[in-house]
Order: sequence, then structure tokens, then C-alpha cells
Amino acid sequence: MKVGTTNVGSINLSMAKSDLIVLKNLSKSFDKLTAVDQLSFSVGAGEIFGLLGPNGAGKTTTIRMLGALIAPTGGEAWVNGHQVGQDDRLIRKSVGILTESPGLYDQLSAERNLAFFAQMYDVEDVNGQVARYLRTLGLWERRFESVASFSKGMRQKLAIARALLHEPRVLFLDEPTSGLDPAAARLVRTYIAELKDAGRAIVLCTHNLDEAERLCDRVAMIRGSLLVMDTPMALRRKLFGRKSVFHLNGQAAGFVERVKSFDFVNAAEAVENKLIITLADPEKYNPKLVRSLVEDGAEIQFVGELRHKLEDVYLQLVKQVEKN
Amino acid sequence: MGKIWILVRKEWSEVFRNRFVFFTTAFLPLLFTALPLIILYTAGASGDWSGAVGMSDIPPGFANLCDDLDAQGCMQYFIISQFMLLFMFVPVIIPITFASYSIVGEKAARTLEPLLATPITTFELLTGKILAAAIPAVLATWISFGLYVLGAFLLKVDPGALKKLFDPLWLSSIIVVGPLLAITGVSIAVMISSRVTDPRVAEQISSVFVLPVIALFIGQTTGLIFINEQLILWLAFGLIILDAVLLAFATQLFQRETILTRWK
Repeated sequence: MKVGTTNVGSINLSMAKSDLIVLKNLSKSFDKLTAVDQLSFSVGAGEIFGLLGPNGAGKTTTIRMLGALIAPTGGEAWVNGHQVGQDDRLIRKSVGILTESPGLYDQLSAERNLAFFAQMYDVEDVNGQVARYLRTLGLWERRFESVASFSKGMRQKLAIARALLHEPRVLFLDEPTSGLDPAAARLVRTYIAELKDAGRAIVLCTHNLDEAERLCDRVAMIRGSLLVMDTPMALRRKLFGRKSVFHLNGQAAGFVERVKSFDFVNAAEAVENKLIITLADPEKYNPKLVRSLVEDGAEIQFVGELRHKLEDVYLQLVKQVEKN
Repeated sequence: MGKIWILVRKEWSEVFRNRFVFFTTAFLPLLFTALPLIILYTAGASGDWSGAVGMSDIPPGFANLCDDLDAQGCMQYFIISQFMLLFMFVPVIIPITFASYSIVGEKAARTLEPLLATPITTFELLTGKILAAAIPAVLATWISFGLYVLGAFLLKVDPGALKKLFDPLWLSSIIVVGPLLAITGVSIAVMISSRVTDPRVAEQISSVFVLPVIALFIGQTTGLIFINEQLILWLAFGLIILDAVLLAFATQLFQRETILTRWK
């Protein structure tokens, strides 16, 4: 349910009752360097929001501000209803942060590490929660072992458990699958999706665009300031349009001019036996194109949609920014 | 006190898992316990001192403290008291290294950010770090003092000199001034630890704090300074204020943001 709309720069920032994270022109400068410039977005309960950008784009700085670890130098932000810079202790108590580095006490066992943080977060059933997350993340059998003996993946899982011990409604995950083997990364991704289903608001910083595409409901690409923000699919469509691919039996080049003659076709090109056609509304126009191509003697094997990866969107945007 | 105590217990379980650390904590107090006992023993505490020692051998300022002790008893008391001063200083010397590593060590191990992400306040964090470093050193010193007294008793030190060990002067020195001095030293070390970016630098700078303590010891040994009840009282009073000021200052000086963003 939407309860308000605010125009922030060129972004129409809608705030809903269920928004657990709201940023309005949030900025952070270090001396003369502006790390984050007027960032505005909101994240609702049960949403995974991806924060993407190259190294030094301000992703970690944004997470640190929202986790009340560092203070903004401009703008405002609310996390779980608490204002950043004013209710910092309450914010820290109510959010879970997975930092860039797992940051575990090597000399202590996995169980002792988690128990310490559970106590720090005033968890009531310390032993119960520690056991629950050790089991969930597959570390129960090695709970008494010193963390120094753990692999990178096990450490990362333990750090994720630490971020969840106090059942925060808001989670900030900085590179959650970094350094994990494919099986462990899959486990973590599945788990993050479950956390979303449990109604948590999750901000995910990642360089893994495939992961962002799989997990995130919306993504924001930042480079100091916000470049674009939308669902991965909408971003793809905005940047590359929608493209239908007609696979023909034989060379496709002979059909390009015929297809281009339709006014609803924005662009068309042939690549070997494939005819790639840019359309505003493929669902509406594909049947017309199929009819026309068949009438012209084309043998259509199958029709599909050309899906650009989020990586393509990202690279295209970075290229545009660098060009500007 | 909740979070402070949680942090203290974590620090201990982390530090004392290393047996070498445990040994180094116990080594200095035990050495300072053994040394005077060896001196007393070799100087004839268990044998006959008569004729070997006269009141002229004792610094005049100290002789006034001997009351009705004879020359032998006064000399034994003199030897004992020189080392009693050490029991006041040991809790300062031992925890300096641990305290120096307390903040910068966490940063180097990348554990500081998750810790600062918890609802712990700067005051709780620093107090926890200070107590975690100071308490083991103070306890080790007290245990050593107990062993020292026991050793002196077994060596049959003059009963008058032995009784002086329980003088309010020394008891207050060890039980009150020692811990307060420990907190002073540790607070300074923790403060330095939160301002430097390298654990080695923290240790080097913090070790300078031991110099005034050594100067006091030399002053006492050479007879330039004589510790009496009044001095101890003033020292205790001054240290209570100093410790409170240092903790407040350290809290103000602790820049979460700088530590997280500028230290690499």
C-alpha cells in the first residue's frame, strides 16, 4: 500500500507503509571526495534490492551508513522506522550486516563466535538461536572447532549466521557468496531467497550480476550517484528494447527488408539463420510477423525472445558513464 | 555492565586460548615473587644476619619506617619493601601489550566492523577492553603477593618485618593503587590502540608509559622517594580522577568512522 510520493531529483520515490529502508538524497563525503551523492531509494518488506556498481562506487559506504556504522554528510535515511544519525543504536540492534570480510574470531570456535554476537544483540535464547543457525547453514558438526581451521566458504556461512542471529527485519549483505564454491553459493542463494519470503528487506551488494539477476526484485546501479534503478527485466528492456528471434530454416538475410517495412518494427537484423527483430510489444506483433514471414516462404523453426543479461546492461551503463 | 562483561569474557576466551599468553601473564609476577625470596634466602634470611647488618647500612629515610625493628629486621623489611613496590607496578607492565592490540588488533583481524555493527556503545567497548586487559594482570599480581608472603614466612623472615607486609600502606598499594595504575596504563594503551594503524606502533608507544613507573621504582630504591601512607592516599585519589578522565577522553577520542574508513 503506497502512502506517499516524493520527488527526489529525477526519481519518483514512492514510500510505502511496508518500506523498511528509505533513503532521501543520502550523501557521504570524505574531505573533498564524494563517495555517495544524493542517493534515493526505498526497499520494502519481502524485497531483495541489489546495489550494483564498480569498485569504489559507494556500495559499501551506503551499507555502512544504513547500518549506522558511519554518519551521512547529507540527506536522510530511515531503517526499520529509525532515522540514521539519530537512533543509531536502535538501528544497529535491528539490522543484520554481512560485512565484506567475514571478520570472525579465529581463536574461538564457531559456536563461541555466534554465542558472543548473540549476546551482543541481546538474543534471549542464545543457545537455541546459535544451534538453529549452525544447523541451517550446515556447520553443526564442526561447531566446536576453531574458526581458524575453517575454509573460506565455511567462514562466509558462519558470518551469514551471525548476521541473522537476532532475527533482523533488515539485512545488508555485502558480497554474500564471495569465495564460496558453486554448491555453497547455491545454498546461500537459496537461503537468501527464503529470507526474503520470510518478509525481510534485504540489500544485496554484489559484483556477481548473475546472482543479482536471480535474486533481486529490483537493482540500482550506482557510481557515486544513482545511474539507474528498476527490476532487472525493465532495465534490460529500457536499455536494449525487446527483441524477438526468429529461427529460420536457411539464411535469414533475405527477409530483413520485408520485416523492416512494418511500422511496428523498430529494427531488424539477420545473423546466419536468425532474424532478430526489435519490437515494442512482441506479444502483439509476433503473430503478424510469423504470418508475413510464412507467406513470404520462410520456414520458421521456432520463435523466442532475446534476453540480454544484466551484465550487458551493467557494462553498457558503465561504458556510457565513462563516455560522458 | 552486561555488554562489558560479555566482551571481557570473549577477550579472555580468545587471548588465554593461547598458552603462551597465559604463561607470559604469569611469568612476570612469579619472577617478582621469586627474586626477593631468593635475595632474602641468599642474604641469610634463613640463617644468621647478626653482625652482618647495622642500621647504618639502611637509607636514613627508610630507617624511620622501621619503628622498633632491629637492624636485621629493618634490612629484611627494606628488601621486602623494594619488591613490594614491584607488585604495584606489575599490573601496569603486564597488560600493556594486550591493551595495545585491543582495537588495532581487531581492525587488523577485520573483526572490528562486525563488532561495531552490534549495539555496543563506545563506552562499553572501551571499558570492556580495559577491564579484559587489567583484571588478569591484577589477579596474577595478587596471587603472586600471596605466594610472596607465604615464601617470606617459610624463609623465617623476622616476624616484625613479616608483619609489615600487612601494613595498610602496602595492602592499599597492592589492592587499591596497583589496579588503579593498571587501569591508567591500560586506558592509555587502548587509547593509543584506537589512534594508530599498526599494532606494533601501538605497543611501542604504550611501552613508554612504563618509564615513569620505572622512575618511581628507581626513586624508591635509591632513597629519593619514600612511599608513605599520605603519598599512597594522594596517589589513589589522583588515579581515580585520572582514570575517569582518561576513560571519558578515550571515548571522545574513539572515532568509529575514521577507524572503519581510513585504516587499511
